[in-house]
Amino acid sequence: MKPAAEEIWDWLDAVPDPEIPVISVVDLGIVRDVEWDGDTLEVAVTPTYSGCPATSVISMDIETALYDRGIQNVRIKTQISPPWTTDWLSDKGRARLEEYGIAPPRAAGGPERCPRCKSTNVTRISQFGSTPCKAQWRCTDCLEPFDYFKCI
Amino acid sequence: MASVDQTQLFEFLCRMGDNTLVLGHRVSEWCGHAPVLEEDIALANTALDLIGQTQMWLGYAGDVEGKGRTADDLAMLRDVWDFRNVLLVEQPNGDFGQTMMRQFLFDAWHLAMLKALTASSNEQIAAIAAKSVKEVQYHVERSGDTVIGLGDGTSESHKRMQDALNLLWPYVGEMFVADAVDDAMAQAGIAPDLASLRAEFDAHVGGVLAEATLTIPDGKFTHKGGKSGFQHSEHLGHLLTQMQWLQRAYPGATW
Ligand SMILES: [Zn+2]
Repeated sequence: MKPAAEEIWDWLDAVPDPEIPVISVVDLGIVRDVEWDGDTLEVAVTPTYSGCPATSVISMDIETALYDRGIQNVRIKTQISPPWTTDWLSDKGRARLEEYGIAPPRAAGGPERCPRCKSTNVTRISQFGSTPCKAQWRCTDCLEPFDYFKCI
Repeated sequence: MASVDQTQLFEFLCRMGDNTLVLGHRVSEWCGHAPVLEEDIALANTALDLIGQTQMWLGYAGDVEGKGRTADDLAMLRDVWDFRNVLLVEQPNGDFGQTMMRQFLFDAWHLAMLKALTASSNEQIAAIAAKSVKEVQYHVERSGDTVIGLGDGTSESHKRMQDALNLLWPYVGEMFVADAVDDAMAQAGIAPDLASLRAEFDAHVGGVLAEATLTIPDGKFTHKGGKSGFQHSEHLGHLLTQMQWLQRAYPGATW
């Protein structure tokens, strides 16, 4: 018997993002669709940034996780339209990002507060950071630099 | 859309993909060499975005061509005369200021072009453009800020930025001159009339350069021959020897 889509979504929610392992690939909003095509499970995945090197690792991790659950045939379909947006990050994902020390994205274009001391006195260091999805900011109260998950 | 000549569509896609490939490679040459860590990271990320966009453009070009060539085949196994990038992007990095001036002039065109392409009659092209434009908005924000910072900086940085602008400005025109391929794309609603992008470009670039206290050179001369493949500058061959070396020496090598 083929597992239902809801169950598969739960399994995928246990697959961590390889670069930010506190959130899952489902939290990140990159799994767009899960559908059976005969005996093959088709998973539509959208890349965050077009050159993100984690994309191929993510596809492999998804395949491995589903294989471990007994699904033999998995087809990953790369879907670029509509383009990924940080609006698709789950609320659970946003909360976990902040706990982890990464300020979650905001439409205002900058972090609401320092993820460590919660001060709202923050300043931008650079619009580009350690991965394509992050910018570098600094707290002017506790003086710690931190990553901001940029809005796209 | 069915009426568009597939050879011309292939040419157009190679132009888009070769621009991002060649500039992406150029920018990646800075990795580990930039003046400060933040700039090094920003350059590497910009290069990564451009190479990622290349995979989409050249991947689709290979599909359209229908000869089984992948994005990697097109990037790594073509010679200079088959490249269709504009001459601007193959120019050497020079100093950091020259790199950022080249980036800004390209980014400003790239942004206007991609915005127009999101309305393409070709769904795949519209999708690639919609994906890329989000990344390019970040590129141009940074390159524009840097041009302003250095242009309106010290007398030394100002002089270097003015020199860079004098050197690179004659390469701007090629991005707006349409040929038979561009005309065919415009007629099919696939791509905009290139000349129609010029007003937005001039307003954007003019504003930034004025704030940077830099002067656009007089003179209408434009270097051409890159996107048609008629005549690349000597620099492209040197770039390809670096970029393609591994696949040429060890065909089919993978990680
Ligand atoms: Zn703080």
